[in-house]
Amino acid sequence: MYDVVIIGAGVSGCAVARELSRYRLNICVVEKEEDVCCGTSKANSAIVHAGFDAPAGSLMAKLNVQGNEMMEALSGELDFPFQRNGSLVICLQEDEMPGLKTLYDRGIENGVKDLRIIDREELRELEPGISDDAVAALYAPTGGIVCPFAMNFAFAENAAANGVEFRFDTEVTGFCKREGYWNIKTSQGELESRYVVNAAGVYADRMHNMVSARKLHITPRRGEYCLLDHSASSLVTHTIFQLPGKFGKGVLVTPTVHGNILIGPTAEDIEDREGTNTTRAGIEELMERSGAVVKGIPFQQVITSFAGLRAHEDGHEFCIGEAEDAPGFIDCAGIESPGLTAAPAIGKMVADIIYEREQPQVNPEFTGKRRGILDPNTLSEQEHAALIKQHPAYGSIVCRCEMITEGEILDAVNRPLGAKSLDGVKRRTRAGMGRCQGGFCAPKVMELLARERNLEFLQITKSGKDSQMTAGRNKDREAF
Amino acid sequence: MLNFDIVIVGGGPAGLAAAIAAKENGAASILVLERDQELGGILNQCIHNGFGLHTFQEELTGPEYAARYIERLQKAGISYKLNTMVMDISAKKVVTAMNRTEGILQIHARAVILAMGCRERSRGALNIPGFRPAGVYSAGTAQRLVNMEGYLPGRRVVILGSGDIGLIMARRMTLEGAKVQVVAELLPYSGGLKRNIVQCLDDFGIPLKLSHTVVEIHGRKRVEGVTIAQVDENRKPVPGTETYYDCDTLLLSCGLIPENELSKELGVEINPLTSGPKVNESFQTSVPGVFACGNVLHVHDLVDFVSREAEAAGKHAALYVKNQTEHDNSADIPIAAEQGVRYTVPNTVNLKRMDEEHTLRFRVGDVYKNCYVAVYLDEKRIYHRKKQILAPGEMEEIVLKKEELAAVPDLTKITVKLEEA
Repeated sequence: MYDVVIIGAGVSGCAVARELSRYRLNICVVEKEEDVCCGTSKANSAIVHAGFDAPAGSLMAKLNVQGNEMMEALSGELDFPFQRNGSLVICLQEDEMPGLKTLYDRGIENGVKDLRIIDREELRELEPGISDDAVAALYAPTGGIVCPFAMNFAFAENAAANGVEFRFDTEVTGFCKREGYWNIKTSQGELESRYVVNAAGVYADRMHNMVSARKLHITPRRGEYCLLDHSASSLVTHTIFQLPGKFGKGVLVTPTVHGNILIGPTAEDIEDREGTNTTRAGIEELMERSGAVVKGIPFQQVITSFAGLRAHEDGHEFCIGEAEDAPGFIDCAGIESPGLTAAPAIGKMVADIIYEREQPQVNPEFTGKRRGILDPNTLSEQEHAALIKQHPAYGSIVCRCEMITEGEILDAVNRPLGAKSLDGVKRRTRAGMGRCQGGFCAPKVMELLARERNLEFLQITKSGKDSQMTAGRNKDREAF
Repeated sequence: MLNFDIVIVGGGPAGLAAAIAAKENGAASILVLERDQELGGILNQCIHNGFGLHTFQEELTGPEYAARYIERLQKAGISYKLNTMVMDISAKKVVTAMNRTEGILQIHARAVILAMGCRERSRGALNIPGFRPAGVYSAGTAQRLVNMEGYLPGRRVVILGSGDIGLIMARRMTLEGAKVQVVAELLPYSGGLKRNIVQCLDDFGIPLKLSHTVVEIHGRKRVEGVTIAQVDENRKPVPGTETYYDCDTLLLSCGLIPENELSKELGVEINPLTSGPKVNESFQTSVPGVFACGNVLHVHDLVDFVSREAEAAGKHAALYVKNQTEHDNSADIPIAAEQGVRYTVPNTVNLKRMDEEHTLRFRVGDVYKNCYVAVYLDEKRIYHRKKQILAPGEMEEIVLKKEELAAVPDLTKITVKLEEA
C-alpha cells in the first residue's frame, strides 16, 4: 500500500513527488513511457514566463509568478540550467499600443516585478535584430529560459534519492474506490494507494473522468517548433513575443540555455493525444510569422523541428485540487503554458494539500540538493585535465556537435533513473541534439548503452519499446 | 606546449595525403590529429570497391585505399594521435586537442591543414514533416552500422536523395538482405555519379523517382511507412501525386556539408557556395598559414581527387613553413565562376606561388547538354571544350598553365563559364 501514487513522470508529477519526498510517505510515480519527461514536458518553449499573460486573479497567474520567483534558488539547489534573460513583447502597430498597455496592467496586477513599456530606441538597443516595424515593447526582466529536460530530471532524481519509487512502462487503466484507499489498475498489475495525484498531462481528463462525475475535458493543442544551430545564437538574446493582434497570436523567438534559437509554437487543436507529428503547413507558418518580428532569421540553419501537445482544459485554467466526488484523488490537470514555469509552485501546492490532510512526519533523511550531470565545458582547462586524469572517459568526445564526452554519457546511464535509450541519453546529455542530429554519435551511444546496460546491440531503442534502432544482423533473413 | 611545423586536423584521405606530401616537400615535423580510433576516416566504412582507379589504376575498397596511405605515412615516420578531438585553433595557431590518455593538449603549429571532412544533411535540416520515430537514418550512419557493426538498420527501405552514399547503400542493404523499394530524388536529376546509378540501382531493379520527395513520415515509435509525392518546378509537392510506401526504414542521402565549425571560429573566410573556406592556388585560406583540402574545402565525388588536392595543400604548407613561399597577396588574380558554373576551387591564383600547372576544380549548377566549358583570361578565351553532358553531381577539372597566365600582361581576372554551342 502506497500513501501516494502520482500518475505521470512529467515536470508536474515529478515536482509533486519531490515536494512530497520531504515527508515520511510511501510514494510511487507511475509513467506509461519508458522514462521521465516523455510528454508535454519534453516539447515546449522552455520559457520561464514572467507572468503577465495569465488572466488576473487566476490560479495560473498566481502559480506562474510564484514559480518564476522560486526558479533561481531551485535551479541552484537542483543543478539545472536557468537564465533570467528577460522577455519582450513586441508591438508592431501604433494602433495596437492599447493592447500592450493591457498586458502591462495585467502583469502589474499579477505581481510581476520590474515590468515596463519601452520605446523603439530602447528596444533597438536591447535587440538590434527586431523588425523595423516595431514601435514599442513590454519589457519583463524577470522572464527567463530553462532546460525543461534537466528541470524534469532534477525533480525526478531528487525525489528518487529521497525514496520515491518510479515505475515506467506502466499505464494506468482504471480505478476502484475502496475503504480509505484506491485500487489502481495498470498495464503491469494493480497498485493500492491512499492518495492518487493525477498529473497525466493530455490524459489527465481521462484519469479524472474515471473517478468523477464532474467531467473535465482536455484538448491536445499541438505546437510545432523549429530549432536553429548554435551558429545562429546571436540572433536575439531576449525571449521575443509578438503582441497578439490582427495578424494572430504570433510565435516566439528565443535563445535556449544551450545557445540555440527556438522558434514556435503554432497552436492547433487536434484529436490525437499522441499527435506529435510536425506538418509542412505548421513549419511554413512558423517561418512566416517569426519573420514578421525578427529580421533575417537564418532558416537554413534549422537543425530539427518537433511538436508538443499542450494539455488545454476547456476553461483555460489549471485544475489543481481534490476531486469533489472522489476523496483522495487529487487533480493536477490542465497544466499547459505557463505550466513549466509554475511547476515548482504546483509541486508545493499539491504537496500542501496532502500535508494538510495527513500531517505526515518530516523525512529526516531528506536532502534537497541534487547534482546534475557534470558538463566539462563549465570547467577550467586545468580542472578538466584533472578530471580526465581521474576519469579518462571525460577526455573522449562522443557527440562532436555538442562536444559531449563519454564520461557524461556514462553518468547519464548509470545515475538513478538513468537513461535506457538513445532519446534518454539525448535529453540528459544533449548527445545527438546538435547539427548532425546523431548522425555520427548514434552508433557510439548505442554501443555504450549496450555495454553499460548489459544489453544486446539489437535491443537498443530510440525511445523504449517498439522503437528498436536495428532490425537484425546482416544477412539474417529470419524475419522474412 | 608541443611544437610542430604542421598540424593536420583529420586523418582521413585528405589529412593522410597532405601529411605525406608535406613530409616529401621538406616539412620537418608533422602531427596528424584524428578523432576516430583509426586513421582512414570515412574510407573505413566504404567497403565497396571503385577507389583508386585514377591514383593506382586498380579498383580498391575504401579500407584498402586508406591502407596504402597509412603505410606510407607510417614509413615516413609522421606522428599521429588517434581518439583525439581538436577543440580549438587559435589565431596564433595553437591547436587545443583532447584525448583520454593525455588529457588536454596544446600544440603550437607553424602551419595548420584543415582536413575535417564533411557531415550529412540530417532529417531536421531537410524539414521533412511527420513523426520522429526510430528508423530514420542518414545513409552514412546506416553504412557504419551495416559495414562496421554488422547490423541492419531495417528490412524494408525507402531512400530519399540520390547522393552517392545513398546509392551505395541501396546496393549494400539489398546484398545484406533488405528490400529497397525506391529511391526518391527531389531534383529532376541525380546528385550521384552515373556509374553508381547503373551499378547500385539499375543492376538491382531499384526504381529511381526523380522530382519526388518524402512528404510525411508515419509511425510513432518505429517508421511504419512514408508518403512520397511528386514535386513541381519550384520543388513543392504536387497534391494528388502522393504514394504511400510501407517500410520500416528511411535513409537520407541529401547532401554533404563541410564541417567548418573550427575554421569559422578561427576566422577563416567561408565561400557560401561550397560551405568551405575560400582558398588560393596553394590551398591557403584567408588566415595565413592555415590550409584546407578534401571535403572540408568542397565536397568531392572521388577520393582520388581528394588525395591529389591534399597533396598540393601539403606541399604548399611545407613551402610555407620553410619560408619558400610568396607572402604578398596583392598580385592575387581572382577566379570568377559565371554562366552555369556554380563555384571554382581555388578562388584566386598568384603567379609567384603557382606550380607550372594547376588543376582548377568546379561544379555546374544544373544539368547542361552539348555546351562548351570556357576559360577567359580577362577578355581572351584560352580554353573552349565541348561537353556532351555536365551535371552538378560530377566535379569537373581544368588544368591552368602558368605559362599561359603569365603571357597575358597585367591579368586582372580569370573567368570560368559555360557557353552555348
